[in-house]
Order: sequence, then structure tokens, then C-alpha cells
Amino acid sequence: MTALAALIRRDIKIALRVGGGALIGVLFFLTVTVLMPFAIGPDMALLTRLGPAILWLGALLASLLTLDRLFTADHEDGSLDLIVMGRTPLELACAAKALAHWLAAGVPLIVATPVLGLLLNLDGTATSAVALTLLVGTPALTFTGMIGASLAVTLHRGGLLLAVLVLPLSIPVLIFGVAASQAAISGPLSFGTPFSILCALSLVSLVVGPFAAAASLRHGLD
Amino acid sequence: MRLSGRQIDCIRGGRGVFSGLDFEASSGEVLAVVGPNGSGKTSLLRLIAGLLVPAGGSVVLEGGEAELTLPEQSHYLGHRDALKPALSVHENLSFWRDFLGGKVGDVSQCLTAVGLGHATHLPAAYLSAGQRRRLSVARLLVVRRPVWLLDEPTSALDTAGQDLFVGIMRDHLAGGGIIIAATHAPLGIGARELRMGGGK
Repeated sequence: MTALAALIRRDIKIALRVGGGALIGVLFFLTVTVLMPFAIGPDMALLTRLGPAILWLGALLASLLTLDRLFTADHEDGSLDLIVMGRTPLELACAAKALAHWLAAGVPLIVATPVLGLLLNLDGTATSAVALTLLVGTPALTFTGMIGASLAVTLHRGGLLLAVLVLPLSIPVLIFGVAASQAAISGPLSFGTPFSILCALSLVSLVVGPFAAAASLRHGLD
Repeated sequence: MRLSGRQIDCIRGGRGVFSGLDFEASSGEVLAVVGPNGSGKTSLLRLIAGLLVPAGGSVVLEGGEAELTLPEQSHYLGHRDALKPALSVHENLSFWRDFLGGKVGDVSQCLTAVGLGHATHLPAAYLSAGQRRRLSVARLLVVRRPVWLLDEPTSALDTAGQDLFVGIMRDHLAGGGIIIAATHAPLGIGARELRMGGGK
């Protein structure tokens, strides 16, 4: 446990320090969301209707932005070799790294959602629905994204490949995340149904992600 | 304790690097892996460290801890320093102490032992190449592992640093450790040589 706690602490520290990139994601999220009303125009009803989808897309792209550094940084400076050799199972180490990434880069997105909801003319209920779905859904984005990050680890400039690999995997999360938010705002579906599926997607990714990433890292090293 | 390899074949990128390699090192012994560039010195070390899979043959450690694998009982000191520029010297070392686990020592003491006692709170980004290497060496001290796999350990170290490192290796050998070092420069310590052939 000390080993995993140390890994999580280190990754969060690095993310929050100069050049770490945790806040870049939030800034990007902010920028995307601020641009949308300019593109769509001052139609308040339309903005409200598109709001959850815009927030979800923004969060998806923002979480993708920092994901490619998840293993690449450790690979480049040789830390990954030592992590693979270590006494901690690689699956757990991968899960710890993803958790740290989510805490440093995912949670700030959720915290920023209420502010950005204002810009999209979302009321209190709608904003909290989106924030809640993001809270449940972003771990799925991080943990499935980790699989892509581990596949692209040995490639230079693997960021683009990562996007191509990971975006299709995030489609279900996006569908049910937006569906749950919409259900909370306008119905007619109940909020519970898509929200439960979103929870299920997150739980599955928490289990599958670390194993897939660890397997890919073991085979990809050389 | 005895570390031995039998009939090891190594293939990288479809090219045979070496084949049918045998080696052996016992407690308190240094095996110096020498040979021209591209002869597979680093590949051999990474193979022992479990970071490369041999195409044939096997490496075994006899007399180690039974429930741990060979990589889990080894230190690997590679070309890359495994240091995070954003973290301080002390934070870098305490992370590896906590992560690698097992029998651990005191971080500040180890930093003093490698001559970095004055720079503990400096971010690793400001270290020189020699200081980075010293910090990597401190990792060997802070966590106890019987097998050391060293890839060009003395590169970038000044004369005083090399003398210091020889002392550190002697202590490790006296404690029953095994050292396998790939090197071009003499290590300054009595060692058995394993000569690798030229690239085929």
C-alpha cells in the first residue's frame, strides 16, 4: 500500500507543479465551452438544449489532452522500467497512476462544470445533473484512455494515435452521460436508467483498464 | 547466492544480438560485461532485469528469496536516470524508497553518502549530469537489493565520484551482493570479464 500511495502522491505532485499539465485540461475545457455560444449564437433555448452535450464533449477532449503523458513521461526517463521491475503488481501500479491522473486532471473538470453551466444557460438542476454524470463518467474515460496510452507509450508523438484509439472506446460513455443529463433536464426517460448504465461502464473500465494496460506495457517494452 | 545464465539467445528487431551466451556470478563477485558498441551489453542487462524476454535459454538466481522473482531482487541502473525534474532531490529518492520497498534505509543519510547532502531540496531539474548519476546511485543504497545491474555506472561521474562509487560497490560485495556491470572504462575493482562478440 505504501508503494501505491507513494506513486499516487508523486503523480499528483508532478501534475500540479510547473509544466505538469493538470490545469491545462481545465483551461482547454473552459476555452471549448466559451467558444460554443459564439459559434451557436445567442439562442438561449438552443444553448440549454445543447449544454450537456457541449460540456461532455469538452470534458472528453480535455481529459484526452493530458492522457498521452500518462506513461510516456515515465517511459522517457526510465522510471517505467523500474515500475515494471518493482514488487508491486503492474496492474495495481497502472490503476494507481490512472487514479492519480483522474484526481489531478479529471476532478478539476467536474469542479469547473457549475461555472461553465452558467455560460450555457443551464439551471441548477441541469448543472448538477451534468456534474454528477461527469463525476461518474470521467473515471471511465481515464481508465479506458489508459489502455490507449499504454499502447502508444513507445511511439514518439503517440498523442494522435491515442486519440484515434481512445475516442471510439469513449462513445458509450458519451452516449449514456449525455442521455442521463438530458433525462434529468427534460425527460421523458427517467434519470436512473442511463445513469446506472454509466456507472456500470465506469466499473467495468476500472477492472478491465489496469489489466489491459499492464499487459500492453509488458509486451511493449524493449 | 549464484546468478547464472545458460544458452541465452537475444533477438531484437529481427536481428540476433547474441546467442548461446553463458555467464555466472556468485555472491561477492563482479561480472564486468565488456565489448564493442552494439555487442548486446545493455540487452543482456535488460534481459536479466526482466525487461526483455530471451528468445532462448534462461537466467536463474539460486539462493535468493524464494517467493520473489529475479527482477524483484535486482536494482537496474540504466542510461536513463528515472528522475523527475519537477521533484526535489529528496522527493525523488523517497519516492523510489517507498515504491520499491523491501529493506529500506534513511533518505538523508544516503544522499549524504553520495555527496548530495547539500542539495536535498533542489529540484532535480537543476542537477548536473554527474549529480543526477549520484542521485541514481543513492537509489541503490536506500533500498536493499542483492543483485545490481549497472549500465555504464561511472559515466558522467568525476574522479571523486568514481572513487566513492568503488567504495559503495565494495560495501555491497562485502554484504554478499552480486554486481553485473556493462562498462567501457575500468571499474576500479577486481572483476571477472564477460566478453561480448561484435554484432553479427
